[in-house]
Amino acid sequence: MTLATRVIPCLDVANGRVVKGVNFQNLRDQGDPVELAANYAAQGADEITFLDVTATVDGRATTYDVVTRTAEQVFVPLTVGGGVRSAEDVARLLGCGADKIGVNSAAIARPELIGEIADRFGAQVVVLSLDITREASAPSGFVVTTHGGRTKTELDALAWATDAINRGAGELLVNSIDADGTRDGFDLELIRAIRAISHVPVIASGGAGALEHFAPAVQAGADAVLAASVFHTGAFTIDQVKLALADEGIEVRR
Amino acid sequence: MSDTNPTSDTTPAARRPRVVVFDYGSGNVHSAVKALEKAGADVTLSGDFTEAMAADGLFVPGVGAFDAVMAALESSGGARIIDKRITGGKPVLGVCVGLQVMFDRGTERGVETEGLGQWPGSITELPAEVVPHMGWNTVRVPKNSRLFRGLEDERFYFVHSYAAQEWLLDVIPPFTEPALTWADHGVPFLAAIENGPLTATQFHPEKSGEAGITLLRNWLDTLPLPE
Repeated sequence: MTLATRVIPCLDVANGRVVKGVNFQNLRDQGDPVELAANYAAQGADEITFLDVTATVDGRATTYDVVTRTAEQVFVPLTVGGGVRSAEDVARLLGCGADKIGVNSAAIARPELIGEIADRFGAQVVVLSLDITREASAPSGFVVTTHGGRTKTELDALAWATDAINRGAGELLVNSIDADGTRDGFDLELIRAIRAISHVPVIASGGAGALEHFAPAVQAGADAVLAASVFHTGAFTIDQVKLALADEGIEVRR
Repeated sequence: MSDTNPTSDTTPAARRPRVVVFDYGSGNVHSAVKALEKAGADVTLSGDFTEAMAADGLFVPGVGAFDAVMAALESSGGARIIDKRITGGKPVLGVCVGLQVMFDRGTERGVETEGLGQWPGSITELPAEVVPHMGWNTVRVPKNSRLFRGLEDERFYFVHSYAAQEWLLDVIPPFTEPALTWADHGVPFLAAIENGPLTATQFHPEKSGEAGITLLRNWLDTLPLPE
């Protein structure tokens, strides 16, 4: 296998500024997304992900501007998620220079959205973002949550992921709500369970707190690893993560 | 085009190559424009026949389904422009589905669509465990490549589920042997083809960081720049 495992920093963006909260709450400002994205690309980030956590319409306009300015100077793939509700939203973000679009709550509310985007722009554009928590009563032991993990649904996580792939999702961003913000490591059981049902690439997210947390996620089946605050706070660099992966015999781009 | 070529005393060889990124409603062209500018080109985003024919190089992006890209190329006049340019020896660079449509046909989800037929053969699904093939992969560069000069050990960004998995064109002298660059995902497939005026890459140079910019610069360096 010669395909490199991707290391992806995620920037939560609200009103044109980067924020990152612990467990998606207590947001605090951590800088200019365009500058941060360029910095990460220079550090060796294999992709950049923007998660738009803006609530207002005015705020969303700033997101389009951020995406446009980022795409003008950052020549690695750019994924944008958060608040995407229609194929028209997708068209606009792609027009600004995004390469892939994350969909989450809107696809849960109306699963046809996945097919509408995939038919028009290709499956490779559709990243299904899954915020997952453990729930013993669910068939797989995992359910999907909405509202940044605050609301549990009755949707079984593996059943939903399978359905979404069949509808045209080209990639899964698997975020463990239980692990998110803990810095105790990825939920490896969850990654294994998703890998077992997914032939599309899987991005592992949630829980990275130490360099040695990344390789187990890849060994559990992740094609890419995503983290936010550990990069933003300077706890470690993209390249340190890649070195840690390479030390475990995992191929990376350096 | 004379209005964009200032009447200065610079020698023709020193001017920036003029590239048209063909605009036919295909996905993300913004990045391609910016990346080509960074590589040193004077770039116009246009779907206009005259502009596309006059450019030193024509960049043909392509994102999405093979049949949708072909339909858009036909209805926009792009198919005719590409054919006329190549027949006249004028450089064209196709990227991603812009590579795939250069072949005879593509088969996606059981639907077979006729391509531009510049090269014989079919585009078919990659028989790999994880598809789409998404991410940074290595390539096997042949000695006669100009496109990959200095980039033999670099990785490039791919995102696709279908590929050209065989090369069927017999080149008979005096025509130059094409430079074929292969990559692997489940099976070997063509990552890039340099064949006279027609160059194409399956990966996205505009999304491949510094390596991608250098590759675009290498392509610009191959463009003849008539006065």
